[in-house]
Amino acid sequence: MEHIVIIGNGISGVTLARHIRKLSGQPKGQAGKKITLVSAETDYFFSRTALMYIYMGHMTFEHTQPYENWFWEKNRIELKKGYVKKVETQSKTIHFAEGDTLQYDKLVIATGSKPNKFGWPGQDLEGVMGMYHKQDLDNLEKHAPNNNVCKHAVIVGGGLIGIELAEMLNSRNIPVTFLVREDSFWNGILPEGESQMINRHIKAHHIDLRLSTNLKEIKSDENGKVKSIIIEETGEEISCDVVGLTAGVTPNIDFLKDSEIETDIGVKVNRFLETNIPDVYAIGDCAEQQEPSGNRRPVEAVWYTGRMMGEVLAQTICGNRMPYNPGHWFNSAKFMDIEYQTYGWVFGEKGRPDYEQHFHWKHSDDTKCITVAYHKDTNEFLGINTFGIRLKHETFDKWLTEKRDVDYVISNLKDANFDPEFYARHEDEILAAYKRQSLLV
Amino acid sequence: MNTPKPSMSLTKPEAFDLTTKQRIYVAIGMIGLIILALATFNVTFPYRTIVLSIALLSISIGVVLFANDMYIKKLPGIKNDGVMFKSISSRGLWAWVSGLAFTGFYILLYFKATWLGLGTDGAENTGLVALFDPLSRLLNGGQASQWFVYGTLYTIAILVFGYKFLLKYRHNKYERLRTFSVMFFQLAFAFLIPEFMARLNSDSFSLPYYDLKNIWPLNYYNFEQYRVNSFIEAGDIGLALLIFGILSIFVITPILTFKYGKRWYCSWVCGCGGLAETAGDSFRHLSDKRQFAWKIERWVVHSVVVFVVLMTTAVVYSYLGDDSSKYWLTKNTFLIGVAALLTVVFAWVMIFKREQLAKDAQYGAIGYFVIILVLLAIHFFNGSNLFLFKAETLRQSYGFLIGAIFSGVIGTGFYPIFGNRVWCRFGCPMAAILGFQQRLFSRFRITTNGGQCISCGNCSTYCEMGIDVRAYAQKGENIVRSSCVGCGICSAVCPRGVLKLENDSLKGRINANEILLGNDVDLMDLVNEK
Repeated sequence: MEHIVIIGNGISGVTLARHIRKLSGQPKGQAGKKITLVSAETDYFFSRTALMYIYMGHMTFEHTQPYENWFWEKNRIELKKGYVKKVETQSKTIHFAEGDTLQYDKLVIATGSKPNKFGWPGQDLEGVMGMYHKQDLDNLEKHAPNNNVCKHAVIVGGGLIGIELAEMLNSRNIPVTFLVREDSFWNGILPEGESQMINRHIKAHHIDLRLSTNLKEIKSDENGKVKSIIIEETGEEISCDVVGLTAGVTPNIDFLKDSEIETDIGVKVNRFLETNIPDVYAIGDCAEQQEPSGNRRPVEAVWYTGRMMGEVLAQTICGNRMPYNPGHWFNSAKFMDIEYQTYGWVFGEKGRPDYEQHFHWKHSDDTKCITVAYHKDTNEFLGINTFGIRLKHETFDKWLTEKRDVDYVISNLKDANFDPEFYARHEDEILAAYKRQSLLV
Repeated sequence: MNTPKPSMSLTKPEAFDLTTKQRIYVAIGMIGLIILALATFNVTFPYRTIVLSIALLSISIGVVLFANDMYIKKLPGIKNDGVMFKSISSRGLWAWVSGLAFTGFYILLYFKATWLGLGTDGAENTGLVALFDPLSRLLNGGQASQWFVYGTLYTIAILVFGYKFLLKYRHNKYERLRTFSVMFFQLAFAFLIPEFMARLNSDSFSLPYYDLKNIWPLNYYNFEQYRVNSFIEAGDIGLALLIFGILSIFVITPILTFKYGKRWYCSWVCGCGGLAETAGDSFRHLSDKRQFAWKIERWVVHSVVVFVVLMTTAVVYSYLGDDSSKYWLTKNTFLIGVAALLTVVFAWVMIFKREQLAKDAQYGAIGYFVIILVLLAIHFFNGSNLFLFKAETLRQSYGFLIGAIFSGVIGTGFYPIFGNRVWCRFGCPMAAILGFQQRLFSRFRITTNGGQCISCGNCSTYCEMGIDVRAYAQKGENIVRSSCVGCGICSAVCPRGVLKLENDSLKGRINANEILLGNDVDLMDLVNEK
């Protein structure tokens, strides 16, 4: 029986395991495969994206586990708790920190990411943490259970995890200073109007948002615990009990250093998610595409892409070799109370192609807006960002495939609305604004 | 799985403790409860009108001020912060204390009303019931009963906690409209209209107490002899009400459920649902989401339907005559009618909808159908007693087991332990019948948004009916479940805008994907077409 070992029980590894089990070893009689999921983080799969809700008290840890504990045995997916120290590809053996080993026939690396640290002085002090692993959450619960123990917190780095951490601390009335390197929140990704609106929304939650601000160092008290931080630009010292480092993530692949598996930022993979070593694959946050498709980045640290890689690799492992060829880009997030969805490509100021033109509409209540990107010469619809209005994935996927033009998309926005019943609709206002703008141009 | 850790420990995050202001508002509310508790222990108050007003007002004001403090100064949005840490909402000490207190109250209400001060055999009320006499006189002209006390408190609970719900979900128009609706139906239809109708009663004219929105089998007593007699004796109005009661079951309900799903009733109109959605909102995450609970649910709730059908048939049968020359509806025509109706429903499901039912549901349906027909056959061969039991025994057992213990004592008293929809989920025969209609022929479903689900679990956690919504959302599968009451909270709490309650055509209601939108189209075709 072929033994598939998957290191990492996040969304990529678990999706892969589930799909391998669907394809092999069903009663239909194919030769079954033995599947082992290895993790040092938790016993059972949980949805990482929900970690914040545990701290906020919306859910318990058990609620974040999509499958009941009997699921794994029933589907013959073996769970192994252990920290992988080393991979020997010659003998197909993995070595655990605890001293034991495991033989594999095929190995999949799905170890995800770890928070970026840029060599700031004091970045490893007590009370300094990322917000990616279950252990980060435990650490936060220890250092910031309430606003008596944690009188002030500082978050370093904009982006999605940063704002989630701000929301988490805010839910316990812990004052937060939020240092963002850019001159507007997440404007490496978001166009100007949206980024500005989110700036205002963050401040409306009484979060001390500092734009164009960098961290110089983190200072320690006599016990090796964080005491304060110093701001690069002004030299200002802000005393704090917790520092959240949320300046992005990098692949979590230190354990592969001494192996023969080729790595750069992440584990280098081809379009088939294969590494340089036969029978070794990598998926999810830790995989680095050597030939990324379309506008996609070499390392996609996104929940959805992790899931999709798992779906594809299951085919390859079960004998139907298949490239990772994702469809139209999409993503979503939530900025405090404002939901965000994106379909297709909409670029911020930086790195925006010359041909990309935007139509932007914002509601007067300052919590809803959309940006539609289109090709300035051909009028082809390229993508949409939407804030505070839910839109239908299926409709935009279709419009992108059909290469609709921007007039069509904005005139037919009604068909794509996914807001709950009785919600106020804004399509007419958007269309009117679009027509006014078209007349001006 | 899915059980909050009770916060009886000392180390819970203090961040979610009550503030001083909130403590004061709780105290204001407590004044009202203490007055009611003292009255329960037979303290006789002078100036009942004033004391009652103080009690009810202080409860209402306490809740309203508390709600204001919780939500009004925060920006509109999902506000479930600390739910899993607060004692009352995480099966902590306060949850058990209040659960036992509610349960105790229910037991007194149903079985020991005299302890609450109900005057029997024409005697004056004392204690708690007497305290409500002034309000009762104002509304219906007579003195209060224990049910009047209960109805008043029930209505106040829906109104003041409805206000809290409106504030909490003020960003969500669906939730707002729905809450206005349950508040209106409780105040007007369940409380004021029946009281005013009672006022019309005189020596020559009498209608039973009738909450018009309560439909059989939820009001399992609607076709008992005394009620039917009283309807018929009340002339045209009574007959109209009786016909309305029958039409509600066979015509109005199926049409509305076809168009809107069972939510038009369960979470927009029904009183049990109204209390669950308002006063019970703080407990919605406590419902059991395990697959095991789902299996139990399906058997228990459908058994209750079978029980209520048998019981009602027996009761109606017991007072019908044999002589067809006196009245067209005889014992035999009635029984044949019931058997024919059940056969038609059974045959329709088995012929047209069989593939939509799971194996165990099919076996269950066949089993129950056979049991009912056998019981009817026994009657034709043996005569005297229908169904081996006396009709009255059946009715009493149903009233005790289901009407009192299940819907009241456990269903409501145990909100803080089992969640707010235990009764609706496991016990309500009305919900089961509506659910049957919803599952098999409704335009209602909850649709999911392509590949946008992140499996976070907010939807499943906050589903009061214990549906594992996430399991469907992560497969991109429409949610077509008989238990869904369409409260819309899964859609509200979803941080990615993945869920939407929809009425659409019957085509494509039931779908499932192994691979979601966003991936390679060839792969999606390959895997999903199988």
